[in-house]
Amino acid sequence: MAKSNIVAMTGNEAMAEAMRQINPDVVAAYPITPATEIVQIFAGFVADGLVDTEFVPVESEHSAMSACIGSSAAGGRTITSTSSQGLALMAEMLYIAGGLRLPIVLADVNRTLSGPLNIHCDHSDTMMVKDSGWIQIFSENAQEAYDNMVQAVRIAETARVPVIITTDGFIISHGMERIEILDDSEVKGFVGEYKPEHYLLNFDKPVTLGALDLPDYYFEHKRQQIEAMKESKPIIIDVGKKFGKISGRTYGFFEEYKMDDAELAIIAMGSTAGTAKVVVGNLRDKGLKAGLLKLRVFRPFPKDEIADALKDLKAVGVLDRSDSMNGEEGPLCLEVKSAIFDKGAKTIVLNYVYGLGGREIKLDDIESIYNDLFDAVKGKPKDRVTYMGVRE
Amino acid sequence: MATDKKKKPGWKTLQGYDLIIGGGTAKEFKTGDWRTKRPLLLSEKCIHCLACWVYCPDSAVIVKDGKVVGFDYSYCKGCGICAHECPVKGKAIKMIPEKEAKGKEGKI
Repeated sequence: MAKSNIVAMTGNEAMAEAMRQINPDVVAAYPITPATEIVQIFAGFVADGLVDTEFVPVESEHSAMSACIGSSAAGGRTITSTSSQGLALMAEMLYIAGGLRLPIVLADVNRTLSGPLNIHCDHSDTMMVKDSGWIQIFSENAQEAYDNMVQAVRIAETARVPVIITTDGFIISHGMERIEILDDSEVKGFVGEYKPEHYLLNFDKPVTLGALDLPDYYFEHKRQQIEAMKESKPIIIDVGKKFGKISGRTYGFFEEYKMDDAELAIIAMGSTAGTAKVVVGNLRDKGLKAGLLKLRVFRPFPKDEIADALKDLKAVGVLDRSDSMNGEEGPLCLEVKSAIFDKGAKTIVLNYVYGLGGREIKLDDIESIYNDLFDAVKGKPKDRVTYMGVRE
Repeated sequence: MATDKKKKPGWKTLQGYDLIIGGGTAKEFKTGDWRTKRPLLLSEKCIHCLACWVYCPDSAVIVKDGKVVGFDYSYCKGCGICAHECPVKGKAIKMIPEKEAKGKEGKI
């Protein structure tokens, strides 16, 4: 492992720094809180001549993703960043990038969707586009945001599937942390040169991309896309391991925190996993066998791997920072249930929808979830879904 | 799709993500199979002004040595613009229903 550089950075600064080191061909973006800083800082790198990137300031996020699609199809390594309403405005084009298998990387700073009007953190924005054909990777802190951005480029280009890297709005994006960044040359070597097999600006080998695909072919192309999501799983693992070799930080689909002998566990994504680790530590000090499964890769959903990781547990609490608005569970809980119940498990699964619109979740809140799970194991009836911290 | 009579490839062998390799491939896509009317050239009336050739949106008017000789029914969609634009009194292009077109190729 090469020498690391320890710096103090916010999540946004960390993601912009990763983008500087990646030195993409094109960045097309439109500002939106709390993601604005990422491209603002990056625009500074462009202005200072620190990168070779063509920076395209556009008039909306729809245009941003459209420009990214054009750039990626032309053969350029392409990155953008957005949040919330911006991601929603991109939604139409996200499906096109996914369907045309363009390996764009998007740094999304998770923020709720209005209305009511709110700019704070929850996961509604990325959940809204969970089926758009993009890999989705969540970050627990600024370090992971940086590490995930560097890995995203390689994952996207190897799998030919676009990748969204998320951070929790304000909590990670604007919170300063101690992180270790790699040397520029290490990142350059890790991401390599982007050499697509086919691209529109290759005049020696002309191609058409995005032609009308009628009922006699569209389904086959979608079936290929579904397969590409499956095939991206070993690629994500491989890139996570190779990243570990240069950084000392290896990544997989999820992190199992004190899960070896755990009787029950919480599943969470993003910054809340960090808070939950503290609670798990406190409970372990009391001799209670609590664990945490921090899900990193939400798309493709690591269904078998999650079922395997949870198979010996008596109870699981799934934390959803968004709701499905179907009067039932949140999106993560629905998928976790499908993963473990398809294997015939009898595990107790309780869902906790929390933190909507930036509502804080504290150590006590998470401890109360573990207490619920211990009670449920003892046979006490518990609500299947709890809206954590909402005033009755 | 139109002229593809052989078995279509499954998803495992089909070219990935709707990518079409090679240039000028629109030529291979025969668009004339859903025409309800077709143009016929009345050669004796045609003054070879080439207005139909200019206006045809599918480049389906066949011209040889500066003279209109007929239509390419692989691409002609039967829109009738050629007949509409024909400046000849009494028209040198006649649109006829496709079902009556048997044996009436190109010109009469």
